[in-house]
Amino acid sequence: MRLLNASGCLDALTAPEVAAEFDAFVTKTVTPLPRGGNPPIRIAETDVGMLNAIGLANPGIDRFLSEHLPRLAGLTVWASAGGFSTHDYVEVCERLDEHEEVAAIELNLSCPNVDEVPESVEETVAVARKVTRKPLYAKLSAAVADIAETARAAEAGGADGLSLVNTIKGLALDERTLQPLLARGAGGLSGPALRPIALAAVHACYRAVKLPILGMGGVATGRDALELLAVGARDVALGTSLFADPGAPARIRSELEAELAAHGFAHPGNAVGAAHRPEVSTLNPRLRVNGKKIPA
Amino acid sequence: MPKRERRRVVAAEPVGPYTLLRVDRAGLKAGIPGQFFMLETPGRLLPRPMSVCLATPSELAFLIDPIGPGTRALCSVQTGAELAILGPLGNGFDLSVERPLLVGGGIGIAPFPYLSGTLGGPPAVLGFRSSWHAEAAALVPNAEVVIEPTYVTDAMPSGHDVLACGPEPMLDAVRKLAPRAQLAWEAPMACGYGACYGCAVEIDGELKRLCVEGPVLAAA
Repeated sequence: MRLLNASGCLDALTAPEVAAEFDAFVTKTVTPLPRGGNPPIRIAETDVGMLNAIGLANPGIDRFLSEHLPRLAGLTVWASAGGFSTHDYVEVCERLDEHEEVAAIELNLSCPNVDEVPESVEETVAVARKVTRKPLYAKLSAAVADIAETARAAEAGGADGLSLVNTIKGLALDERTLQPLLARGAGGLSGPALRPIALAAVHACYRAVKLPILGMGGVATGRDALELLAVGARDVALGTSLFADPGAPARIRSELEAELAAHGFAHPGNAVGAAHRPEVSTLNPRLRVNGKKIPA
Repeated sequence: MPKRERRRVVAAEPVGPYTLLRVDRAGLKAGIPGQFFMLETPGRLLPRPMSVCLATPSELAFLIDPIGPGTRALCSVQTGAELAILGPLGNGFDLSVERPLLVGGGIGIAPFPYLSGTLGGPPAVLGFRSSWHAEAAALVPNAEVVIEPTYVTDAMPSGHDVLACGPEPMLDAVRKLAPRAQLAWEAPMACGYGACYGCAVEIDGELKRLCVEGPVLAAA
């Protein structure tokens, strides 16, 4: 299992010591042209999560390659690629492909904070596939009728893996004015509210496709990471929990180790998909249910 | 980047409508006035950014306006509770000024007690919406207080190096009178260390992350 940051949740240039805690650093989404992003206010907290409407703020592919990428030396870099047409994805992926410092590309097919979205997951993955041989992960939204269908489309397009899940559109109002807190109105909901949604999405996609899954959505503890592994994630990413605690990567790794040991998994890989194998009891003899020892 | 540390709350004292949250300093750097800490907020997902209001050898204190669920939770913290705090963060005021004048509005006076002490008690003009809010002016020496409908810009003497903190309309008005003023801005912030891009504010058509490029920015 590798631990990564979720795209857009860490800047390795301003917090290099946090980025170094991960097995790979995922960049903010890069688009062909620079973007300032949405006007402020761009974030808000709710009782169950966090809303953001950053709006793909990024320096554009030219400046990313010339100014940012050289400063990420020493990190395993996954570049998140975004755009507003299949042509945009082709352009970004073609340029990224020329740089050996880029270990993998994550296609952001699901940003909730821009109005134009790519029409077809399969088509977008397929055109990107044609211009790069780097590992290609498709980042999907759970806000669809059947995410397994989207996963099959990504697989058919030639994706090497899935990143599940992106945020889901939500809105919060100011308690006094009853106006939306975010300037854009709605934003992407992340944090604890996203956790069961991520579990359902990974669970469904693990059954639908053979692709490895990078699971993310509200992971704040080792237990949360273990559950994502159990529903089928091979790797795990942290997002919102990084904001409250830049020490989260080390803490969650150590909590996960304890969780794996308590469930009798010698290796994180053994936990992957455990929720799909009811015949495999993960109960350690020391565990109790309702105070009673579980018979082996 | 500083490490996140747990610290004990020494007291949470009312100051007018605000609360002065005092925490055990125990080796923490106070930073430069205008810098801030992210304070763990009980029962909430995200920490809250608060500038250092007072720094003594044994304590750091933060002045908090209970305007939402997070700030209300922080104002209700009990003495003896522990909070995880991360800081100092961001860029503070440039202290190499010859004739400093502190100009603050409302909860924007929060960094001034520490700033005033560091600069040797320069004159200050502080504006509040009511005399109840103005009780916080007692934390700042040499302060002239104005209360709405009088504004700080009505009382600002000229010929000073202005260091200002307050609501955006106040900062906009101050920089029209003092184009070289240093302005401390605020915005909702999720992380405080440049990760979330949430605190970007548009200043003269350019978006700046207040936690990294700010919160103190030159007016021009």
